[in-house]
Amino acid sequence: MADDLKSGRIVVVGASLAGLRAAEKLREEGFTGSLTVVGDEPHVPYDRPPLSKQVLLGQATADTTELPVRRNADAEWRLGVRATGVDLTAKRVLLADGESLPYDRLLITTGTRARPWPNPEEAGLAGVFTLRTREDAAGLSERLSAGPERVLVIGAGFTGSEIASACRERGLEVTVAERGPAPLVGALGGTLSKLAAVMHRNHGVDLRTGVTVTALNGNGAFTGAQLSDGSRVEADVCVVALGAVRNVEWLADSGLAADPRGIACDAGCRAFNMYGIVTDDVFVAGDVSRFPHPLFGYQMLSLEHWGNAVEQAEVAAHNMVNPGPLRRPHLAVPVFWSTQFGLNIKSVGVPTYSDHLVIAQGSLEARRLAMVYGFKGRVTAAVTVDMAKSLDYYRHLIETGAPFPPPPGAADRPIAADVPVPSDVPDPSVLSHGPTVALTGHLPDRRLTVV
Amino acid sequence: MRTVVDLTRCQGYAQCVFLAPEMFELHGEEGLLYATAVPDDQVERVRQAAAACPVQAILLGEEVSPDGR
Amino acid sequence: MDSETLLARITDYASRPDPYPLYAELREAGPVVWQAGGNCLIGGYHHVAALLHDPRMSADPRTGGELGHKPPFLRLDDPEHHRLRNLAMRPFGPPHSPGRVDGMRGEIRRITEELMTSFEPGRQVDIVDDFAYPLPVTVICRLLGVPHEDEPLFRAWSDVLVTAADVRPDADSTESDKAGDQARIEMGGYLLELAERRRGKPSEDMLGAFVNEPDPALRLTQEELAETAVLLLIAGHETTVNLITNGVLTLLRRPDSLDLLRREPHLLPSAVEELLRYEPPVHMRERIPHADIDIAGTTIPRGTSVVLALASGNRDPKRFHEPDRFDPARPDNQHLGFGGGIHLCYGAPLARLEAQAALGALLPHLGTAGLVQDPPPYRQNAMLRGPRHLHVQF
Repeated sequence: MADDLKSGRIVVVGASLAGLRAAEKLREEGFTGSLTVVGDEPHVPYDRPPLSKQVLLGQATADTTELPVRRNADAEWRLGVRATGVDLTAKRVLLADGESLPYDRLLITTGTRARPWPNPEEAGLAGVFTLRTREDAAGLSERLSAGPERVLVIGAGFTGSEIASACRERGLEVTVAERGPAPLVGALGGTLSKLAAVMHRNHGVDLRTGVTVTALNGNGAFTGAQLSDGSRVEADVCVVALGAVRNVEWLADSGLAADPRGIACDAGCRAFNMYGIVTDDVFVAGDVSRFPHPLFGYQMLSLEHWGNAVEQAEVAAHNMVNPGPLRRPHLAVPVFWSTQFGLNIKSVGVPTYSDHLVIAQGSLEARRLAMVYGFKGRVTAAVTVDMAKSLDYYRHLIETGAPFPPPPGAADRPIAADVPVPSDVPDPSVLSHGPTVALTGHLPDRRLTVV
Repeated sequence: MRTVVDLTRCQGYAQCVFLAPEMFELHGEEGLLYATAVPDDQVERVRQAAAACPVQAILLGEEVSPDGR
Repeated sequence: MDSETLLARITDYASRPDPYPLYAELREAGPVVWQAGGNCLIGGYHHVAALLHDPRMSADPRTGGELGHKPPFLRLDDPEHHRLRNLAMRPFGPPHSPGRVDGMRGEIRRITEELMTSFEPGRQVDIVDDFAYPLPVTVICRLLGVPHEDEPLFRAWSDVLVTAADVRPDADSTESDKAGDQARIEMGGYLLELAERRRGKPSEDMLGAFVNEPDPALRLTQEELAETAVLLLIAGHETTVNLITNGVLTLLRRPDSLDLLRREPHLLPSAVEELLRYEPPVHMRERIPHADIDIAGTTIPRGTSVVLALASGNRDPKRFHEPDRFDPARPDNQHLGFGGGIHLCYGAPLARLEAQAALGALLPHLGTAGLVQDPPPYRQNAMLRGPRHLHVQF
């Protein structure tokens, strides 16, 4: 049985970070069979985080972010071809070019795409961008280099904030419009979002919160936008940063448990079918998956995190070529980072899974701090600002379900460390930006209303 | 050659910046920016940076070659 | 034997050539091993690494009730540690001087070559006195702006200071502490005077940069400048000497590794990392918890002296595959050779370049070289462990 698993045919649909790392891991685990990786983009796997950082800053070009490989995956790369469906009974992946690929085991790593501006006509105006792909970044970077009068960023989540930060660093005027009360509030809650708002404004961003963009104007080319408070922003570039949409449409008729929240799978990355029965030959990893996590009440988590894509892909690959008793659960604690306005923000755990928080080290005034989040008396997350060397300590508290507030004793602990304050995580439906961590288990309907 | 830094692991020790300052840069006090494309004359320095990284977060290598498998 | 004498046995001079079996005993007895003196010893990799990152662990001796002056940043806690280390970093490394160390590669190579001109076949040299000591001393002198001819002067102070800072569980430290204080004051005064001579005159060296910092908010006080300069001068030459000497010793003991490196010199950077794991220049660090802390069910009360055995963590089979094997190509080598967390060695990049240059230049000569005495005589110091002499016949 074990030997059978090391051979046969494996198809991976999705040729980005998770797909690549899974392919490498499969070979590392001794898989000797045929391996095919299908990707709808015409490029070999490339890295996306630099697109909103190095590339927008003009320090790298969008066509140089290919991911280095750790080992030769000896795979057939079917790039520039979209998968259109899967036949679970015949065990075949259907491709847009009419071909179908037989598989013994299938891994789905189709990830997400940028949520488009809801009005297609307005979205089609020249100068209106989203930022997800290499082409998006190349186009936006070119426009920024040309020196626009003003850039409008819609949505102040991590991506929107990083774009605004890069624009300011390049000396460009920026307006950020966010429906929620402050930037990053959806991911980090009230306290840090106030610091984020200060950072935006101190760096010269025209930050508008509590507003929505009601229309994008222009005759062929974008010239400005109408806001819900009646004001108008004159700008010649618009970046729509409203979060991500999971690439699941191609599975609509597959019988898998795939919906806008992602593809549900178990802790071993095995996909559920629509009846909630776990499959044994279809696996899921990366942004497109949602999976139960024991540290967070077994809620189904869906994470848009670089580190999760790598770790989950490796667990999936391991489990695809090992028999049941040797399979591993994907239990890694989520970690996320963002660099913006000169600050390095790192998060471990799930800050939105919280009711209270304390500032455990440093201070908001110093722009250097560690914030610990708790839910019902235990530690569930921590966020550091320019204090990443403490993160492992807090990760350990999360992994061990340590009591909240966390034990005292840090040398740079402020007086406020003893005073938990509400974490103020808002209802996602009041935000422009989609959260990058979503608890999709208990309140699915609420999640579905996010636009 | 291409490089990628696992910023999930990175703790901002900046050892890479000391050893290959043209390829790695501190952005603020702790954030790291890096050159994704490594020119030939910088490969040795990036190798040194990768070996020195206290959290082993730097990967240097060739990209996937779709035809050469 | 009794585990509560472990620290005494590790620091006993007789253990200097090979303390590693004692570290194995420590890990076996651990995670927390109480010592007769009331302090405790920790030697498992994961526990040591966790405590290096634990914000509750103080590096400041005053946390344990010790009276005395404000120490340099190496032994301060955040936020003061952070402020002073950042100020000290301004003329040395990123974000303000990212190319400083990289720019010294040529100079390090030249100094190395000069030192090696006398290494001819048939000659016997002391790797310590003729090579591994003068190299980092010359480099740190140029970097800081200290006249190289004053070496006998600061070497004497430095000897006293590192003795005072050593881990000695049994010895009465009153005398050495007093001598240490005296040496620190004299050495600080000497360095302050050197800095003062640079005031108002632009100079490339770090003392000049410190004293001529135009922004008052970024200027070190006289006391801070003295403490920082003493720390950098001592750390800059008391540790790298061990790394280089341990490297030569290790390679001469292992012809297979030596052959591998001579065939594949591109492995040198990873070989230096492996040296930092296998024979680290700094074996132990002391920390003191600010609050009662719990480690694997053992409570360590606040104020307890906790000795973290970095060299033991580096040999922990729970973290490293075949930990007692020297593998110059070892993957995933997250050693504790430079410590970890906020106090990770300030001079680590410089030490790496010096060790790479020194070993790289010696490689062609080591094939026909032999150790005159194995094990060699060691320095007294248990914390900064390394040979006092290493006679090699070329």
